[in-house]
Parts: sequence; structure tokens; C-alpha cells
Amino acid sequence: MSKTITIDGKTIPFEDGQTIMDAAMAADVYIPHLCHQPEFTPHGSCKLCTVNVNGRNCSACTFPAMDGQDVLSETKELIDDRKKITQMLFVEGNHFCPSCEKTGNCQLQAVAYHLNMLDNHFPLFYPDRNVDASHAEVMIDHNRCIFCALCVRASQQTDGKNVFALSGRGIHKHLIVNAESGLLKDTDVDVNDQAVHICPTGAILVKRTGYQVPIGERIYDHQQIDQVSLAASGSRPVATLPPSLAVGKEHPKHGK
Amino acid sequence: MRQFVQGIVENNHQATHLLQILRQIQSRFHYIPEEAIEQLSGLLNIPRTQIISVIEFYSFFHLTRRGRYELLISDSITDHMLGKKDLLGYLENKLAVAVGEVRPDGVVSLDNTSCTGMCDQGPAGLVNGYALTHLDHSSIDKIAELINQQKPLSEWPSELFQVDDNIHKSGLLLNQQLEQGAALKAVLTRGIKETLTEIDKSGLRGRGGAGFKTAMKWQFCSEEQQTERYVVCNADEGEPGTFKDRVLLNTYADQVFEGMTVCAAIIGAKQGFLYLRGEYLHLHDKLQNILEQRRRNGLLGTNILDAGWNFDIEICLGAGAYICGEESALIESLEGKAGIPRNRPPYPVTQGYLGKPTVVNNVETFLAAASIAVNGGDWFASIGTEKSKGTKILSISGDCARPGIYEYPFGVTVQTILHDCGADDVLGVQVGGPSGSFISDQEFERKLAFEDLATGGSFIIFNTSRNILDMVHNFTHFFAHESCGFCTPCRVGTSLLQKQMDKIVEGHGSAGDVVALEELCQLVKNYSHCGLGQTAANPILTTLERYPDLYQNRLKEISYEPGFDLDGALETARRMANRDDAGAHLAQIEVNEHE
Repeated sequence: MSKTITIDGKTIPFEDGQTIMDAAMAADVYIPHLCHQPEFTPHGSCKLCTVNVNGRNCSACTFPAMDGQDVLSETKELIDDRKKITQMLFVEGNHFCPSCEKTGNCQLQAVAYHLNMLDNHFPLFYPDRNVDASHAEVMIDHNRCIFCALCVRASQQTDGKNVFALSGRGIHKHLIVNAESGLLKDTDVDVNDQAVHICPTGAILVKRTGYQVPIGERIYDHQQIDQVSLAASGSRPVATLPPSLAVGKEHPKHGK
Repeated sequence: MRQFVQGIVENNHQATHLLQILRQIQSRFHYIPEEAIEQLSGLLNIPRTQIISVIEFYSFFHLTRRGRYELLISDSITDHMLGKKDLLGYLENKLAVAVGEVRPDGVVSLDNTSCTGMCDQGPAGLVNGYALTHLDHSSIDKIAELINQQKPLSEWPSELFQVDDNIHKSGLLLNQQLEQGAALKAVLTRGIKETLTEIDKSGLRGRGGAGFKTAMKWQFCSEEQQTERYVVCNADEGEPGTFKDRVLLNTYADQVFEGMTVCAAIIGAKQGFLYLRGEYLHLHDKLQNILEQRRRNGLLGTNILDAGWNFDIEICLGAGAYICGEESALIESLEGKAGIPRNRPPYPVTQGYLGKPTVVNNVETFLAAASIAVNGGDWFASIGTEKSKGTKILSISGDCARPGIYEYPFGVTVQTILHDCGADDVLGVQVGGPSGSFISDQEFERKLAFEDLATGGSFIIFNTSRNILDMVHNFTHFFAHESCGFCTPCRVGTSLLQKQMDKIVEGHGSAGDVVALEELCQLVKNYSHCGLGQTAANPILTTLERYPDLYQNRLKEISYEPGFDLDGALETARRMANRDDAGAHLAQIEVNEHE
């Protein structure tokens, strides 16, 4: 007999070696997340995918599924707290959605909508962060970095490079690049690297592609992130792919 | 410089030694120069980004030049209670350098640092990593003179660096100095399996605070299907208010090493590490000598006691990061990386150092294990309480006549301890350090034991002249400073807690702010990745529970108050406009209407 867990009462099969997130995605159950992409080693840092397992909170993306686990995900408490964790990500950086090229394609924004986040709740930090526009084709806007390490992992695990790393401690955490000058132009990054396309926010952008897809026709303009995410994981018919899965291609047009 | 770096790397060619290499570079040049990073990246075959992320993670490494005398003053609450703030101002004047700055001539830099583990002999500090104790105006005069004359540390008077043990009460463990090798001989006579049975019988639980059963941890590790295993002694004693490991390593080191060797024999490890916090640099050479002596006496190295055991111990120094006391962060640090706690499972007993099964235990745990190997499990289990066997060694500081080290059977009441160390007029006690709990004067009958007040040994006493909110303020800043920044709830949450506490303490709080504070506490506690974040709100939660009025009384009687200093926020604008007239200032609230 195959092994199962339950998520909010629904019985879900899993295989040994799968995390709770793996099992949930395969079974068409969405658990909010930002630092996780199935193709990379789980990071477990954003904490949005926190679920309650047998009375204890843990990250669904890193915690192994085990036979008989009772997982709670869509409880009022967890939904409220996920919203607050998202608000924390907003206040620690400088996120001005209306003026950001990523709006509509941004996973941070989409998760916020999904969780019905209507304000910042916490005081804003207004950190003083730079923009690195030194590279001819790629730019980094540090104001929007949420330290998910997806670019770090994509660069190492897919591109076979080491372009990005997280450095610093506590609230001074920041993204660094592998060049003596500290500038992107002096790294071996290439515009076709997956690391350049994996950013869930507008922190890493490809130059001269802005607004090719008009606002209003973007990925999350008409679809909630849970639907897009499940489509991407292959458990639903693919309507649109997030940009992370469309490396080297034109951003797919949104089909209603 | 190239030659210097090349020379270090010849002796430490592995990337796991990155911290030790950087320590030497920092010590020689007072920063890590760009050329050194480039060179190390090539020699160790690691990306420069890994080196930079390590430099920027640890407080004792710098990318920009510090003074030739790097002076750091301990910021523990106990240092503050001993007049630290006044001393820091005095130092700034004497040395003509501001906190956080390097003097223009490059001779000296001054800064704060987290608790240096000298709470019984503060105010304390570090100069080029070496501990300074009992700082006062006259010793500062002397230090300033020595620095201005640029005298090498080796010529400084030794009394500036004197560190006392201050053992005031010995019990089961401290009363008995084992003969070198006694525990290992006992294991040889009794048998390895039988020794583990004795440790199991003793009921010994981890002394770092969490209290996992030691025998069980060792058993799990020994059962892993791996050929390589490691023993790690956690001497990263960073919890403010605790300093017992410093004393144990100063006076009982042989026994601690012996406990590690007993563990190695039981789990089948060939290599051990003592992870010594950077603040205890003064102990380093002494400990190396003891290890050398043990090798000479056939108690370390190959074929120990002719029993065919092979085991050696290496000392690795930390570089100023409280989080490295967390066992998986400590292992990351041992591997030459930033001390970011790992996702668990897997636990270190299955995948620890370099992915191999690893036992990580506290200094005191290994000390106790060596004694148990000699005296048997019943000897230890005969005292203490049902769930907490044996004794606990406490670090006592704060408002009392005799701060220092005290060993008590588990189950001792707070009242008894306060009486013994000469504490009068006590307002409350912080048990277990900032991550523990604050106990009010209504709770002095409570017991120190895993079933009541669990503690790693920090015991800070506050008398009625103290302000509890000052303490909470200090602890909250400590956690924000020490958060590794990996997970959102702790990275952002500890900084938000700091902002919210500052707002209330500085009198900018209004109705609703205490509720908001408590809500934030729960969020940080329930969602953080590791023990640091999960306990960072404890100072607020445990005092808010006991003294809600203290917080409420700081709030203004208005419904809304800006969460920041309005006038302060205009400072940049005033500077840019070159104005300072009345029109360029703002009142925080409409004072006339409301007061």
C-alpha cells in the first residue's frame, strides 16, 4: 500500500524522499511559497510555506513527508501569519509595485494578492540600496531583493557558475556578485543564464524587454498564483508558464 | 602580503579552515584586503563570494581597515550595570575616537561587541581579540597611554588581562579533579558498551540548555552506517551572562578533552573539534599545550592507551557570531562557512560535519561524561531531581556580592542561590540568558531543572534599582544584531521588535503599540527557522506577562503617534537646505492640544 499524508483532511500519496511540498504539488494542493522551485535544492528561508505538522510548525519545502502526517495548511492562523510574513518582505525592501517593471509578473506581488494583503501593516524600513545597471543586458535592483537565493542556486545548479551569493548578517543581508569590482558587468553572467530569469521579484531584470507584455496582460493579472503554480508543476493543464520556466523565450502571452 | 597569505595557506590548505585563515589575516592587517580575497579564492579553489560572505557574516572580520589596536567593549547588560556607558564615553575622550570609528591616524578603532563572557569581572572588552577585564577609569588611562605609545600587547601589564575563575561553590563535578587519563582507563577496564550503559544510567542530559539525553545522542550516532564520525565540543559560549565554559576550559580542560575522547571511543570517531568562541582567544595557547601534553602521554593521537583507539582534537576559533552556538550553524562554521543553521532533519547525528555523523555537546556535558566514566552512572544519578539528574554549573552575575561560578544539584531553588551569592533587594532574575525567562520576586521558590526552569547556566540578578525595560531593550537589540538573516521572520522580525521596543521605551508609543508588540513576538517565535528567532521575543514576552503596566505606562495618552521621530527625519533635509530655523523643525505631536 502506498504511503499517505493528509493536508487539511485531504489524503495525499507520497513517495519516500518527497517533501510535504513535493507531495502537495503533485496532488494539486497549493501551499504559498517564494524561495522554492522544484528543480533546485530547497532553501526553506522565506517561511511562507510554513505548515503545521502534528502540532508543530515546519517548512513544507524542506520537511520530509512521513506516513500518517496530519498537515494543516489553510487554517485561519496560518493564512493570517503568512500574510504578515509577506508584509515583512515588503517593508524591509523598497517595493513600489506601480512603478516596477515586474508588476503583474511578480510572485511577491501575486502572493500578496493571494493572501489578500491590503497594507504594509509594519513600519517601512526604507533601506538605502543600490541599483547595478553596469551590465549591458542585465540589471540588479537591490531594492527588490527578498534573499530567496533562487538566483544563487540557479547559477550554481543549472548554469554551472557562481555569479551570485548572499552575504551579510541579519537585516544587513544583501546579494553580492562574483567580481572584484562588485559589479555585474565584471562577472561571467550571461543574459541566457537561468539565474537571470529566476527572480520572483523585479530584482534581476533583462534590459530592453520592459513592457513588451503590456500591464493588464501579464501572468498574474487574470490568474491567481496558486493556479499558475500548479500549472507549472505539471499537475494542471498548462495555461501560462511563469517567466522562470520560460528561459530564453519571449514571455508567453497571457491567454484568458 | 602575498607571501604572508601563501604561508598561512601552506599550513591550512583546506577551505574548511577559511575562518582560521581569515583570523590570521585580520590579526596581521586589521582587515581582509581585496588582494588577499583574490589570492585565497585561487589557493583554496572557492568562489570569492564565499570568502566575502564569511567576512561579512562574522563580527571580527572587516573589509575595511580597523585600527592597529582594535578595541571592543562588551555590550552585555551586566557590563551596563557596571557602568559601561560612562566608560565608553571616557574611552572616546581619552583615545579621541568615536564608537564605530577608526582614529584618523589608523592607530586605534573602538566599537561595541556582544557579551564577551566576563560578566563576573566586567566591564569587559577585547583588544586585538584578547580579553580585558575590570575596566575602570584608571585602567583606561593606562590603556590609552599604551595605545598612544603604540606598545605591543606583549609589553602591556598582565593585570589588564587577568581573568579569574571565581569558583564560589563546588559540587559533584568541580570538587573532583580527575587524574589525567583516569576516565579513559576506566573505559578500558569496564568496556565501551558498558560505559555507554553507565552514561545512560546517569541520566545525563545536554548542558547547553536543550537537554537531549546524552547517551541516546551517542547511541544514535554510533548506529549510523558510516565509517567516518566526528565529535564536536561546543565552546561557543555566547549567551549573555554565561561564562562557566570559560572556567571549565581554564581549569578543567583535561577532563573536557577526556570526555570528548570517551565519546570518540564510544561512537567510533577519529577526529574531534573544540569550537572555541573567538572571545576566548586568551585560552587558545594554553589549550593547545594541554592537547600536546595529552598526545605525549598517549591519551590522544594514534593507539591511545595501547587500546588501538585513534583520535585527535583540533581547536577552531570562532569570529564573533552568537548563532554559531546553534549546533548546525556551528558545523557550518567549522566547515569554513557563514554560520547559518541548517534545515533539519537531517540532524547532525546522521549528517553533521562534512555530511558525516557528528555528536555536538556542550563543554559541561563532556566534563560530566568523563566523571561518570570514572564514578559510574549511579554516582551521578543519585542527586538531582527525577528528570534532571546530577548537578548544574551556573554563571552568576549582576547585582550580588559574589558573582562567579556555582555548582548545584538540579532542583535547587532560586531563593537558595540568591542567598548564597549575596543578593539583596532583588527585583528579579534572568534565568537562561536573554533567550530564557525573567523570574519576578514572586517566583523565587521555583526550581532550576528541566521540569521547571531549564537553563544553560546564565543567571543574571537585578535589584530594585534597575529598570526592567532597559534590560529588555538591551536583549532585543542583541538578538537583532545576532540574527543570521536567513529566514524572513527572524531577519525582519528581530529588527521590527527592536524598532517597536525603541518606540515604546523612547516614549513614542501610543494605544495599540503593546498589542502590536505582542503580536509581533508571537510571529517571530512561531515561524523562525531556529532557536535564535524562536527565543528572541522571550525577553519581551516574559516581562510583558509579569509587568504589563511597565509597558502600558510608557504609552502616550493619545490614539496615534507617528512611529518615528518626525523632527529627526528632517535632519537630512535641514542639512541640505542649510537651515536650522524654527520653520525647519516639526513637533512630534500637537503638544498644546493634547498635554
